[in-house]
Amino acid sequence: MTAAKVQNLRQIQRRMAAVLMMPLTRSGHIAHRTTAIKGKPAKSMAAEAAAFIKPNSRLTSLERLDIYSRSYWFRLIGSIREDFPGLLAAVGSTAFERLSQAYLVECPSQSFTLRNLGSRLPAWLRRNPRYAGTALGLALDMVRLEWAHIEAFDGGAHKTLGSEDLIHLAEGSSLGIQPHLQLLALKFPVDELRILVNRASSDDDPESNSVPHSTRRLMRRAAQLRPTPIFAAVHRFDSNVYYRRIAFEEYSLLNALRQGQSIGEAVGKVFARSPEPLDRQCSLLKSWFAAWAELGWLCQRQEEIK
Amino acid sequence: MPVNRFNGHKDYGIGVGLRVPHYNHILERKPVVDWFEIISENYMVDGGPPLATLDRILEQYKVVQHGVSMYFGSVDPPDREQLKRLKALVRRTKTPWFTDHLCWGSVDGRYTHDLLPMPYTIEAARITARNIRQVEDFIEVPIAVENVSSYAEFHVSEMTEWEFLNEVVERADCGILLDVNNIYVSSRNHEFNPFDYLNAVDPARVAQIHIAGHSKFEKYILDTHDHPVIDPVWRLYGHAIERFGPTATLLEWDDRIPPFEEVHAEARKAARYMPQQAKVA
Repeated sequence: MTAAKVQNLRQIQRRMAAVLMMPLTRSGHIAHRTTAIKGKPAKSMAAEAAAFIKPNSRLTSLERLDIYSRSYWFRLIGSIREDFPGLLAAVGSTAFERLSQAYLVECPSQSFTLRNLGSRLPAWLRRNPRYAGTALGLALDMVRLEWAHIEAFDGGAHKTLGSEDLIHLAEGSSLGIQPHLQLLALKFPVDELRILVNRASSDDDPESNSVPHSTRRLMRRAAQLRPTPIFAAVHRFDSNVYYRRIAFEEYSLLNALRQGQSIGEAVGKVFARSPEPLDRQCSLLKSWFAAWAELGWLCQRQEEIK
Repeated sequence: MPVNRFNGHKDYGIGVGLRVPHYNHILERKPVVDWFEIISENYMVDGGPPLATLDRILEQYKVVQHGVSMYFGSVDPPDREQLKRLKALVRRTKTPWFTDHLCWGSVDGRYTHDLLPMPYTIEAARITARNIRQVEDFIEVPIAVENVSSYAEFHVSEMTEWEFLNEVVERADCGILLDVNNIYVSSRNHEFNPFDYLNAVDPARVAQIHIAGHSKFEKYILDTHDHPVIDPVWRLYGHAIERFGPTATLLEWDDRIPPFEEVHAEARKAARYMPQQAKVA
């Protein structure tokens, strides 16, 4: 085998992938021209397609590539739409299409699974705020919540620690937090909106391509949402994902435990500046740990097991 | 029945693709099904409902893993993280054989999530075979590669699709998952005789067969898996069974999915072509 021939296969795959990943025209077909790269001018897409794809008696080379190009964009934007329905409600259908396309151009999939397609969307949207327009704050929070939802849905879970296991813990003990539990500090109550989105999606006709009434209703609801800082735990319980509002101190304590701090250290830091009297702090801690144990959030630290 | 080293010497019968809308029906009604084919990628996760459901299915049914993202024909070698997850799932399901497509879908670490056609060249066959061997060595179960439906051909191709398939499987020493619907779709899109394709396949390497429905457009046919199997595809299937012997067969239905009974009944039509099963079907 010669290096030139291996390169040949790579060149074909690079050229075809580059064509497929170019955004479609407004009418939803393959672009008319290639992108200019490193001093090489843009050229006709028909010429580019003809350079490596054979025509047949019914389809030109360009038309044959168009089938794959449309398929790429419909599949990937469909996947983003499925994973981020709350974002769609927050920014509206037109902005959502534009945002999804721009995201996929800059962040093409780097994973074998579509499950990970949106993993870079929260960071990308922070870097590209113009795509969310006036709904930026809401959109940023919603994207983080929806990515947390995906992580909570199929994230790992270790053997849970129940209330009876907690009795034996000492101040210097460490606790693990289940990998599926996602902790979020949010500026908007996007959990409420996402719950409405979930309810509405079950009412819509999945075969319809038009913007459903529920989407328009949700977009109006999103526009009415006012900033209200919340702390949320996105977690899995009995195979369902839930959003649970938690207190700031709970959020801080769970984060500290996840980072490996001992129970005593974490509790000390969380309540260091708390105006709550000691007996109230004890009561809060007791109720939080009991709830966390009941919800299966606690486990042994995996580093200690290893 | 081609019980051979490419399907783990298993005599499986007629199966159905396991799909989410059918989970409740299957778990509650426990229909009699020879086996289920799962899409590996749906279960290559750390936990949650996908794996919990799979474990319940595994308690009662035989399962074979089918992949959609190994991209044996991609010029880059297989991704290690993907291989590790795949191997973990292979251990969980105890799949007797593993199938994925004879196609490419990623380059330079960027994924198209599509089953893209190969240029039919010797060098492409060599690279594809290398990748198949690497995956097989890693997951330690036999591999069978599936012919894809395609809508484009490359100027650089030096042989027919079936010659390329034979070249790859001989070099990799692997099996074939023969999708007769894909042969039909590609034969219409590329204007060849589908029986020429079937007659060129080495019967000793056929581990499994796929059947499915498709959609017809004005200038091409699209492999949509959203219809019953059409008669010309059943005729091809009949010819395949005549030539290869009764073979583990799987119906794929991925879009506009009807109730489970309907999908299963469509799959069971394959029994008409299997001599020993026809008597009891």
